[in-house]
Amino acid sequence: MCLAVPYRIISKDGNKAIADVFGMQKEIDIRIIEDVDVDEYVLVHAGFAIQRVSQEDAKETLELLTELCEAKE
Amino acid sequence: MNNKFRNNPELKPLLQKIKNVIATLDGKALPLKFMEVCGTHTVSILKFGFRHYFKDSIKFLSGPGCPVCVTSAHDVDKIIYLAQQGNHLVTFGDLIKVPGTHSSLEREIAKGATVDVVYSPLDTIKIASNTKKEVIFIAIGFETTIPVIAGLVLDAYAQQINNVSILCLVKTMPNVLRFLLSQLKGEIDGMIMPGHVSVIIGSEPYEFVPQEYGIPCAIAGFEPVDLGLGIQTLVAQISSRDPKVDNRYTRMVRSEGNRAAQELISAVFQECDVSWRGFGTIPKSGLCLNEEFSFFDAEKRFRIKVKDEVVQSACICGDIIAGRKSPLDCTLFRKNCTPENPIGPCMVSFEGACAAYYKYGE
Repeated sequence: MCLAVPYRIISKDGNKAIADVFGMQKEIDIRIIEDVDVDEYVLVHAGFAIQRVSQEDAKETLELLTELCEAKE
Repeated sequence: MNNKFRNNPELKPLLQKIKNVIATLDGKALPLKFMEVCGTHTVSILKFGFRHYFKDSIKFLSGPGCPVCVTSAHDVDKIIYLAQQGNHLVTFGDLIKVPGTHSSLEREIAKGATVDVVYSPLDTIKIASNTKKEVIFIAIGFETTIPVIAGLVLDAYAQQINNVSILCLVKTMPNVLRFLLSQLKGEIDGMIMPGHVSVIIGSEPYEFVPQEYGIPCAIAGFEPVDLGLGIQTLVAQISSRDPKVDNRYTRMVRSEGNRAAQELISAVFQECDVSWRGFGTIPKSGLCLNEEFSFFDAEKRFRIKVKDEVVQSACICGDIIAGRKSPLDCTLFRKNCTPENPIGPCMVSFEGACAAYYKYGE
């Protein structure tokens, strides 16, 4: 039930935003995400954005995988 | 980006390296025992084949991270009582089939009870605005869901929607983990912490696990790469004998969590002792509405008359969510208990360990 999925913000109006997930558009609540911009990704659980997704950290995680993969045992 | 976390050619060599490290571990009985606290992790571990891949080296134990599974039969009886009294119930779909002592919401719906299934607790406001009936949201969930429920209460308050209340059954992670660890001393070699609970609470609340119990912890996401990196750090921590909380889900989880979500929670709720299926009452392991919002408390608004009965059943759901047993140890599994006709909650919820084993297990 703690399933949450990244949505891309398409437009916003106060506490509410329209966001895209897998090509579908849904209304979500963004009250706890400060100054979120259109085209940013947020993690959404039960119609509620609970975190801004860090694209930089996502890249770093994949780099960590490469690093661990190449490391000598 | 998501695809790179799911289908990544670099994962397989990493997993082989992890196996090699496990084979060289000194003084550790194999298989290692890792508890995945979150039900969504149980699903990922089975669905992506980790359980099978590591079958000789890691035993994955399910934990108490499935909200439906940890809801006691007594609390289910309260939900059924409220439905029988003619109230309009609003709930997450998972709860519908969960059996209480004598009935389930599914059976009450068949008898004419009004129950709406929603994706978001916030939908309760729209439902209540269109009826004169008392509308009760059945509030189950952990820290991930609690801010959303706080949002519902704050919206009902601001918009003066007075026919809304919540039956508050929400639970929090740190103290149930403490309870479990005190029971499972020496039986767990590592813990995979719930990724989306951690989005809200951060990594700090888990620090007692390595510090007091010497157990390695990984905060991990739900894609194969996330799980691989989570398992890698647990094995590396065991190898170096340096247990800590390692956050491997940094694209979502900040060490301090989400402060705004924490503030939303503390504006509406306060800590309280709550009852868990299989564990009984654990001090400060849940939240209830604080004084300011007690108007929205269904337990206070309605006189809920439910006997405290003991259910006689061979279902071992309580032992499964405590990491003591696996669904395969249950005599009912696949025979009498299936997703179509579940006997216990671990088979009802799609992220319950029994449902996950049924769907993805060999």
